Amino acid sequence: MATTTALPPTATFRVWRGEGAQAGFQDYTTPISDGMVVLDAVHGIQADQAHDLACRWNCKAGKCGSCSAEIDGKPRLMCMTRLNQLDLTKPVTVEPMRAFPHVRDLVTDVSWNYRVKQRIQKFTPRSPDAPDGTWRMQQADIDRVQEFRKCIECFLCQDTCHVLRDHMKHEEFIGPRFLTYVAALEMHPLDTADRTAELKQADGIGYCNITKCCTTVCPEGIHITDNAIIPLKERVADRFYDPLKALVRLVRGTPAK
Amino acid sequence: MASFESHEHDVLIIGAGGAGLRAAIEAAASGVRVGLVCKSLLGKAHTVMAEGGAAAAMGHVDDRDNWKVHFADTMRGGQYVNNARMAELHAKEAPDRIRELEAWGAVFDRTPDGRILQRNFGGHRYPRLAHVGDRTGLEMIRTLQDHAIHLGIDVHMEVTVIALLKDGARVVGAFAYDRERGRFRVFRARAIVLATGGVGRAFSITSNSWEYTADGQTLAYNAGAALQDMEFVQFHPTGMVWPPSVKGILVTEGVRGEGGVLRNKEGKRFMFGDIPANYKSQTADNEEEGWRYTQGDKNARRPPELLTRDHVARCIMREVRAGRGSPHGGVFLDISWIKERLPNGAEHIRKKLPSMYHQFKQLADIDITKEPMEVGPTTHYIMGGIRVDADSQMTDVPGLFAAGECAVGLHGANRLGGNSLSDLLVFGRRAGKYAAEFAKQQVPGRIDAAEVDGIAKRSLECFERGADGEGPYHVQHDLQTMMQDHVGIVRKESEMQEALVKLIALRKRAEKAGAVGNREYNPAWHTAMDLGNLITISEAITRSAIDRKESRGGHFRDDFPEKDPAAARFNVVVRKGADGAMHLTREPIPPLTKELAQIIEEEK
Ligand SMILES: Cc1cc2nc3c(=O)[nH]c(=O)nc-3n(C[C@H](O)[C@H](O)[C@H](O)COP(=O)(O)OP(=O)(O)OC[C@H]3O[C@@H](n4cnc5c(N)ncnc54)[C@H](O)[C@@H]3O)c2cc1C
Ligand code: SF4
Ligand code: SF4
Ligand code: FES
Repeated sequence: MATTTALPPTATFRVWRGEGAQAGFQDYTTPISDGMVVLDAVHGIQADQAHDLACRWNCKAGKCGSCSAEIDGKPRLMCMTRLNQLDLTKPVTVEPMRAFPHVRDLVTDVSWNYRVKQRIQKFTPRSPDAPDGTWRMQQADIDRVQEFRKCIECFLCQDTCHVLRDHMKHEEFIGPRFLTYVAALEMHPLDTADRTAELKQADGIGYCNITKCCTTVCPEGIHITDNAIIPLKERVADRFYDPLKALVRLVRGTPAK
Repeated sequence: MASFESHEHDVLIIGAGGAGLRAAIEAAASGVRVGLVCKSLLGKAHTVMAEGGAAAAMGHVDDRDNWKVHFADTMRGGQYVNNARMAELHAKEAPDRIRELEAWGAVFDRTPDGRILQRNFGGHRYPRLAHVGDRTGLEMIRTLQDHAIHLGIDVHMEVTVIALLKDGARVVGAFAYDRERGRFRVFRARAIVLATGGVGRAFSITSNSWEYTADGQTLAYNAGAALQDMEFVQFHPTGMVWPPSVKGILVTEGVRGEGGVLRNKEGKRFMFGDIPANYKSQTADNEEEGWRYTQGDKNARRPPELLTRDHVARCIMREVRAGRGSPHGGVFLDISWIKERLPNGAEHIRKKLPSMYHQFKQLADIDITKEPMEVGPTTHYIMGGIRVDADSQMTDVPGLFAAGECAVGLHGANRLGGNSLSDLLVFGRRAGKYAAEFAKQQVPGRIDAAEVDGIAKRSLECFERGADGEGPYHVQHDLQTMMQDHVGIVRKESEMQEALVKLIALRKRAEKAGAVGNREYNPAWHTAMDLGNLITISEAITRSAIDRKESRGGHFRDDFPEKDPAAARFNVVVRKGADGAMHLTREPIPPLTKELAQIIEEEK
C-alpha cells in the first residue's frame, strides 16, 4: 500500500507576485495534507488569500505541460511536484520560468516557442507504400521518434538551457525542445525533407555544448541530449565538416539524409 | 464606449482541441480566412489528456471489423437514443480521418505487419482503438497543431469568448477578452464553429480541467440554439481516489483493455456477477476466457470489466456502498497480476501504459507493476450538448456550427471509449467544411455597438464589488459539491428538485461575486465570469434529468431504476424562451432508415 510521510499541518510558500519592476516574493502560509502537490498549494492560496494569483494549469496530471515553474530554484511541473519531496522547514519558493518574458505572477510569455516551431520545415512524407494511400512502418523503427513525441511542450528544458536562460540567444538558437522536434521529424521513417542546413544556421545547433541540463529537467524523461541533439550534431558534422563524405555526396548528387 | 480590438475572419472557430483544430484545417483548406481562439495556450486543450485511443473500424487487428459493426456498437452503447445518421457517418468516415493523421506525421503504435495497431476498449466488439501507448490525445493534438500552423490560420491564444453577436437570426460575431491584458476583442465572422468541449467543472469529482466550464453550450443556448440530452453525463468508472488532491484524475480504460481486473476488498472479481442481458452473448463468463480476449484471441469474448462505462461505474458504486470497497472509498484495479501470465509483464505494463505508470508512481507512490490501484467513478464527459444537423453540424441558429464534445448526437445515452477522439476528427472536419461553405455565401453582418457595450460593462461589474463581493472560488466550490451530491451518478426526484432551488440561490451569489485586483491575467475575474455558464448548464442538466423518468446509459435514477421502452423514442431538449427562462420539450427520435435498422438487427 502507499507509503506516506507525515506532513506538517501548514507550509509556507514564497511566491513571485506582481509584474514588471514591482514584482517580488510574497509569503503565504497555507494548510497542507497528504499527497498534495505544489499546484494544490497554489490553488489553496488562490482560493483563500490571493484570489488574483495568476498561474497556468490544465490537466493536473503532468500531461499538458502548462504549469511549469521554478520550485526551490528547480524548473519543474507544479502539478507533479509532491510536497513530501520538498524541504518544508523553510519557505518553498515558487517562481515563473526565467528564460521568457514575465507577464504576471507565475505566468510568462512563451509565445517565442510557438514562433520558433512555425519556422521549422514541416513534415513531408514520402508517397504512400500501399495503393490505399497508407504506409508501413515497423515498431522498431518508430520507437525513437515516439520517445521525442512524448514531449508535452512544458518548455522547462528551454528554461534550463544556459544558451537561452543566461545568454539570451533566442534569435540564434531554437533550444532543446525544438532540437528534439527537428530530431523527431528527421528520424521519422516517412519524412523526406532535409533540415541539416537549417540546423546549422537558423537553428544554431552549434550553440549547444552538451551540458545535458535539459535532459535532467525533462518531466517526460526524454533523452534530449543523447538521443536527439548528439545524433543531429553528427549529421551536421558529417555534412559540413567531413570532406570525404562531402565528396561522396557530390559524386552521388543527392544529399544523404 | 468600451474599447476593444477588432478582428475579422470568414470563419471563426472557438476552441482548439481536436474538433476545433480539425475544423480550422478543413476551413483553411477551402480557402477562407480562419481565426481560431482558445482559452489556454495552443496544444493544451483537453484533447491532450486523452489516453486510450481513437476508435475507427480499420480492421487491422481483426478483419471482421467494419463500419457496420462500429455503427451497431455505438448505437448499443448509446442505448438507441443516438442520432443514427451521425453514428453512421462517424463509423464510415473515422478510418479515413485516422489515416489522414498519419499523412500529417502522427506515429501510432504498429501491428507486426507495419500498419496502425488497434486495441480493445469497452463496448467495442473488436480491437478498434488506434493508439500511442496511453497518450493518444497528445499525439492527436500535436499532429493537428503542427499541421495547422502552416496553413495561415490566425491563432488567438488565451482568449475567452463570452458572448455571441447576432444580426437578426444569424450569428455574425463574438465578444471576447484576452487573459494576458484583460482587453476586449470583437471578432466579426460570417460563420462560427463552437468546439469548446465539456462541462466537468460543474461537479466536484472530475477528470476535467478548469477550461470545462460549459462555455460553448451556454453561448449557443443564449444565442437561441437547442441543447439536447443534457441528462446524459458520463461518470467514468475509474478515476483516482487517493491522495485527496488527485481525486478524479482519470485512469484510462486501456488498463482494463490490457488485462487489468477489478476486485473488491474480498479479492473477488465482482464484475462477473452482473452482466446485462443485452451483452451476455458477447461477454466472457470465466476469467480464463477474459484473459485470452485481452491477449487477442479472436474466439474469446471480452471480460466483464470491459462492459460499458455506465454499467461498470454503477457496479463499483454498489461494491463501495455494500462495504466491500477499498480503504479510500473505491475498488481495486489490478494490472500487476498479468506478470503471472506474461514473463516480461512488468516491462509490458510500462511500455503499454507509460503515463499511468508515471502518474501513480509520482502522485500516489504506487508502482502499478507491483500493486493494485484504487479507483472510483469520476465525472468525465457529457454526451448531451448543442443540437446540430448530422451532416453539416449547423445548429438551429444560422451561421452557428458545433462539433466535438460540446455538440450532441453521436453518443446517445452513453459514449463508448475512443469514440470521442474519432468524433472530433469526423465532425470537426464536417463543421469546418460546411462553415466555410456557409461563410462564402454570406455578406458581412452588422454588429450592434450598444450590445457590445452592454456586454463589456456587465463583465466588469464584479470588479466594482471587489473584495465586498463573495470570492468566486467559493461559489464555484459550493456549486460543484451541490451538483455532485444532488445530480451525480445516482439521481432521485426529490434531490434534483432541491438542486433547482439551490441553483437559484447559487445564481444570486454568483451575480454578487467580486473580483479583486486588476484585469491583467486575473483568474478571480475569469472564474467569476465562468460561474454564470456553469449554473445555466447545471440547470439544464438537472431539468433534463428530472424529466427522464427512467434509467438509461449515464443517467441513473434510484426512483426509476429500469429502462422504459417508451422513453427510447424521445430526446429531452431545452431552449431559452423569449421570457429568458429555460423551456423543456420532449422531441421524438426519427425512425431508423431500413438499412440502419437491419444492421442493428444483424449485429445484435
Ligand atoms: C483524462 C481524459 C482522457 C480521455 N481519454 C479519451 C480517449 O482515450 N479516447 C477518447 O475518444 N476520448 C477520451 N476523452 C474524451 C476526449 O478527450 C474529449 O471529449 C475531447 O478531447 C474533447 O475535444 P474537443 O475538441 O471537443 O474539446 P477540447 O479538446 O476540450 O477543446 C476545447 C477548446 O475550447 C476552448 N474553449 C472553451 N471555451 C472557450 C471560450 N469561451 N472561448 C474560447 N475558447 C474556448 C478551450 O480553450 C479548448 O481549446 C478523455 C477525456 C479526458 C478528460
Ligand atoms: S545540452 Fe545543449 S540544449 Fe541541453 S541544456 Fe545543455 S546546451 Fe542547452
Ligand atoms: S522536451 Fe521535455 S522538458 Fe522539453 S518541452 Fe518537451 S517535455 Fe518539456
Ligand atoms: S497542469 Fe498539466 S502538466 Fe501540470
